[in-house]
Amino acid sequence: MATIAPTPETKCLLKLIVNDREISVASAPTKRLSRVLREELGLTGTKVGCDAGDCGACTVLLDGEAVCSCLVAVGQIENHSIVTVEGLKSRPPLYDLLQAAFLRHGAAQCGACTPGMLVSATALLEKNNSPSEAEVMNALGSVLCRCTGYRKIINAVRDVGAKSTDAACPAAGTSVGERLIRLDGKQKVEGTEIYGADEIPAGALTLRVIRCPYHRAKFRFGDLEAFIAAHPGVDAILTSKDVPGDDCYGVIPRFADQPVFAHAKNEARHRGEAVAAVVGQAEAIESLDLANFPVSWEERPALQTIDEALAPGAPLIHPHRAQNVLTRGRVERGNVEQALAQADVVVEGEFETGFVEHACIEPEAGFARRIGDRIEIQACTQSPYMDRADIAKLLGIPADSVRIIPTAVGGGFGTKLDLSVQPFLALAAWRLRRPVRMVYSRIESIMCTTKRHPARMRGRAGASKDGKLLALDFAADFNTGAYSSWGPTVAARVPVHASGPYFVPHYRALTRAVHTNIVPAGAFRGFGVPQMAIAQEQLYDELANRLRIDPLEFRILNALDDRTPTTTGQVMGEGVGIRACFEALRPQWSAARAEAVKFNAKTRGPIRRGVGIAGMWYGCGNTSLPNPSTVRIGLKKDGRIALHQGAVDIGQGSNTIVTQICADALRAPIDRFDLISGDTSVTPDCGKTSASRQTLVTGRAAQMAGEHLRAAILRLVGSGGDGIDAASGEAAVEFGDGTLTIRRGGERCSVCLQDLPLDGHGYVLTAEETFDPPTSPLDENGQGIPYAVYGFGAHMAEIAVDIDLGTVRVLKIVAAHDVGRAINPTLIEGQIEGGVAQGLGMALMEEFFPGKGENLHDYLIPSIGDIPPVESILIEYPSSIGPFGAKGIGEQAVIPTAPAILNAIHHATGARMRRVPATPDRIREAIVANASSGRIPRKTGDARG
Amino acid sequence: MYKPRRLYKNCLPAERSILRLWGHFLYFRPNTLTEAVQALGLSGGQILAGGTDFFPSLGDRSVTGTVVDISALRELKGVIREANYIRIGGLTTWTEITKAQLPRCFDGLKAAAKEIGGIQIQNRGTVAGNLCNASPAADSVPPLLALDAEVELVSLAGARRMPLADFIVGNRRTVRQPGEILSQILVPRAAEDASSTFLKLGARRYLVISIVMVAVVIQKDAADRVREARVSVGSCSVVARRLRELEHALVGAPVESGPGVGSLGSLVTADRLQDLSPIGDVRATAAYRHEAAVRLVQRALDVCAESL
Repeated sequence: MATIAPTPETKCLLKLIVNDREISVASAPTKRLSRVLREELGLTGTKVGCDAGDCGACTVLLDGEAVCSCLVAVGQIENHSIVTVEGLKSRPPLYDLLQAAFLRHGAAQCGACTPGMLVSATALLEKNNSPSEAEVMNALGSVLCRCTGYRKIINAVRDVGAKSTDAACPAAGTSVGERLIRLDGKQKVEGTEIYGADEIPAGALTLRVIRCPYHRAKFRFGDLEAFIAAHPGVDAILTSKDVPGDDCYGVIPRFADQPVFAHAKNEARHRGEAVAAVVGQAEAIESLDLANFPVSWEERPALQTIDEALAPGAPLIHPHRAQNVLTRGRVERGNVEQALAQADVVVEGEFETGFVEHACIEPEAGFARRIGDRIEIQACTQSPYMDRADIAKLLGIPADSVRIIPTAVGGGFGTKLDLSVQPFLALAAWRLRRPVRMVYSRIESIMCTTKRHPARMRGRAGASKDGKLLALDFAADFNTGAYSSWGPTVAARVPVHASGPYFVPHYRALTRAVHTNIVPAGAFRGFGVPQMAIAQEQLYDELANRLRIDPLEFRILNALDDRTPTTTGQVMGEGVGIRACFEALRPQWSAARAEAVKFNAKTRGPIRRGVGIAGMWYGCGNTSLPNPSTVRIGLKKDGRIALHQGAVDIGQGSNTIVTQICADALRAPIDRFDLISGDTSVTPDCGKTSASRQTLVTGRAAQMAGEHLRAAILRLVGSGGDGIDAASGEAAVEFGDGTLTIRRGGERCSVCLQDLPLDGHGYVLTAEETFDPPTSPLDENGQGIPYAVYGFGAHMAEIAVDIDLGTVRVLKIVAAHDVGRAINPTLIEGQIEGGVAQGLGMALMEEFFPGKGENLHDYLIPSIGDIPPVESILIEYPSSIGPFGAKGIGEQAVIPTAPAILNAIHHATGARMRRVPATPDRIREAIVANASSGRIPRKTGDARG
Repeated sequence: MYKPRRLYKNCLPAERSILRLWGHFLYFRPNTLTEAVQALGLSGGQILAGGTDFFPSLGDRSVTGTVVDISALRELKGVIREANYIRIGGLTTWTEITKAQLPRCFDGLKAAAKEIGGIQIQNRGTVAGNLCNASPAADSVPPLLALDAEVELVSLAGARRMPLADFIVGNRRTVRQPGEILSQILVPRAAEDASSTFLKLGARRYLVISIVMVAVVIQKDAADRVREARVSVGSCSVVARRLRELEHALVGAPVESGPGVGSLGSLVTADRLQDLSPIGDVRATAAYRHEAAVRLVQRALDVCAESL
């Protein structure tokens, strides 16, 4: 068959009806509709998540029916009607009602799935204006969401008819605690938000990366010049020789070890590692079959598992890291051996978890351009200032010559802390002096971005017969992949947390991060603690069972309090709400456990019910390391307030939370605020969006900045001679248009802002405050104050197991979290429900097998039909360090779900799951093994079910 | 001589003869089956219909070569009842199947239609496409096998017909020749009052590739015994297959269980599924697949028996 290269002549003029407008577009007829909408028509509200029909993000209405626009050739739909998210608000009968419901319910977080959800729900609601929950699930079943846990989406769709209660802006000083609609919500539901792939600078070149197809390989380039010459439109090929600066980056400078491109003199250390990039005209680059790129590979034996990497004589992946160990972690307290020897009951077990993929609906994307001797990178990221430092290092230029402009982030969860597209783009734009863009394909994103560390964990736990925890001996190895990424953080954080939120007087926790020839494992919501909790919470469940103590009461009995020391000897003195979390679950726990036992006693079918519980604690911020945030606010001449808020909002809501905090500290109404993004050229460093630190650290800095600006305003008046006491807590400041009015008692004075000079930041008044949570270094036994504030929580899972098939249906999750102070309950529930969904995925279905299934149909994340109702109970034990008492919630929310489900599986079946995900085959195997061990005689269920 | 009716003017070479078209067209969208087989036969191009397998199979690559887009062939859409067959046009979408008026024995096929991808896929994906893609996990194959479906292939050389069981011969392999279009699926009009069901096992609720799926069609006689049973299992061999040995064993069995009489499901034993040859993959182990197939066949039979 003749293969004909696409040429411009092959474009056809096609007529489409898009959002009720007739449009002509010149396009190759086989081009995907999604790309025509985005690239030819500028309708970037339609998101591309997978190009394979696996995620539904690109859903549009085609003649009123939902279709994936990535699977439609534009030539197929000439003269047909297409409706995209941008067209929804002018479409009767819903108009913007559904979008309003999404905002009201907090149904959009990162917003990347939102257009697909809205369009799919529109297709449903146009036929059925009061759908049942099941009907909503059926309609939205093939749109994946990674943030929300779907429940708020279901509620929004079912509540579309309700009168919009557009709450007025809360009065000055009263926004904390309010269910404020997220401040960046409107652009997310209207499809106007700008993500990494949504802007293409004029004249931009496109870049694609050549990646190693083997886990480990030597390689040699062929004739690169000839390749360029043979491919018109290809402008350049970049390799490691083109890196002008220090070709060694990494999120933790001390462990930096990653080159932009593998060096041919060495080898490629993992599948997916970049070796070269091609840059040129978009069409030419996109039509390249990269399999024909002139590079030859010599596959080498690869170290894939922890055991292979630790084996004596194993080749070293990095010569300076003996035994392939990247780092070790250790926390030790008391005498664990002696305590275990004296314990009345000791349980032990080994547990194993797999690679977990972040599966952000937005694949990594962005562009870079060179402006003189500066470089600008606009891309999705969780850590603009860290990106800036590494890009400066790679290019060999000063940090202030690098500008990072973070776009909206379509899901991060830790993976967008590491550099992805940025080094390639920076390098290409720097060398070619042309804007350069790239968008990772889903395959590429799964192949080469970081994963959750697989863990192999061993634990022995001992208790006295009165139910007191005495000792825990815990050891874990983490497969950290070929480069350091966040491996050291995982190895350091887990030993602090392995006790769980309990008082364990005798304790030893040892960890290792081990290099292998696998894509680097990095940060993923919880830095190893979710894996650890799977081992620890199951071990404690076994202890309670052996002691014949109710598992909830066992946890309550041992829960940390204000006075008990943690594993590192830290006594918090305040804000330890874990016991309250457990106690809040008690009524539902007792009822659900009794009901499950009753059901199982009566049933003749294969379904067994179970109820499980797990607790959690998690330190907010970096482990014993500085992690300051600086917030700047400025009073503008028009009386509005500019908030330089550098905490990247990855969907969790920091744009809104930080503003609520700042507004109440300043005692200004929230609608007076103008948000300035985390662009490094205009906004100070708020650190990275990770470690559940933004509410605590940036929030506190915003609170301080707000208070300082208020004091400065009052001083302004005081010095103006009107006699209002600058320190007065009672004075009310009214932010008018161009004026301030200050009232105290009967006194009142006004300031005309137009008359005042501007400061160096361009504001009438500026306040800039930095907050770094107080911690102390850990000593050689891991003793010290690793975190200033911890969040606490407990989840209870009710499940049904089909014991013949090993399938699990989660029926309900009740989640109690001590958040210190709920700044915005809707956003906190959103974090909890999303955390539950990821925890459920980790427990039951998610495992990435390196080299296999680099797509979203082999790698499964929960769909809308897998997530049960989630009841959130918010407990407020304030921390005096957090803003208004608040603590973090982002990672806290994911940790207890998986162990609660696994404990529920044990309750239902008697089988203990030591390997996650607990897929149907593994559960069935565990049930059979448990039955044959004779521990719990059990009817296996007859055929009739 | 063939003359295309639908032309993209600026795609056209000066001469409109079909031999000229070959080698020039990247994309061709005929309106009739006759045009389509000519274009396909002469160009050797690839077929595009619903696009739900065409585009995902590209991976990171872009479209190359000639594409014959058959999605405008109205004559291949919809379901027609004839005296001896129910004909399903190859371009009928899965959504159309779920909405079509079909006899009871198609309930399993309708249930499968609702499990193929998600709604977006069902709105575009076609019956012929699912068969020609020939995935071992194609959800439509077990129920169509249980309906004794046949397929018709049309090419320049004419039309040929064969049982579906002979059409798919391996993992993503069929006997379709490059110039052939799967024009229709023919289901014999027999056992239309039979009860049928489809059960799918996957690791999540929606949009999931099956670990195992089972389709069953059962017809009973006047004495409430099984007159005919058809059982097929997918995802447990390179091609979904009927379990003939089990089907024979079921004939004559009482439909209703009672004292001393087991249910139909109780007649299912592992050795009656020995024709299956499941593999282990990212979704499940081979041993699990086999065991789960036994359970699902038992359940499917009992579900069917209850509704007979």
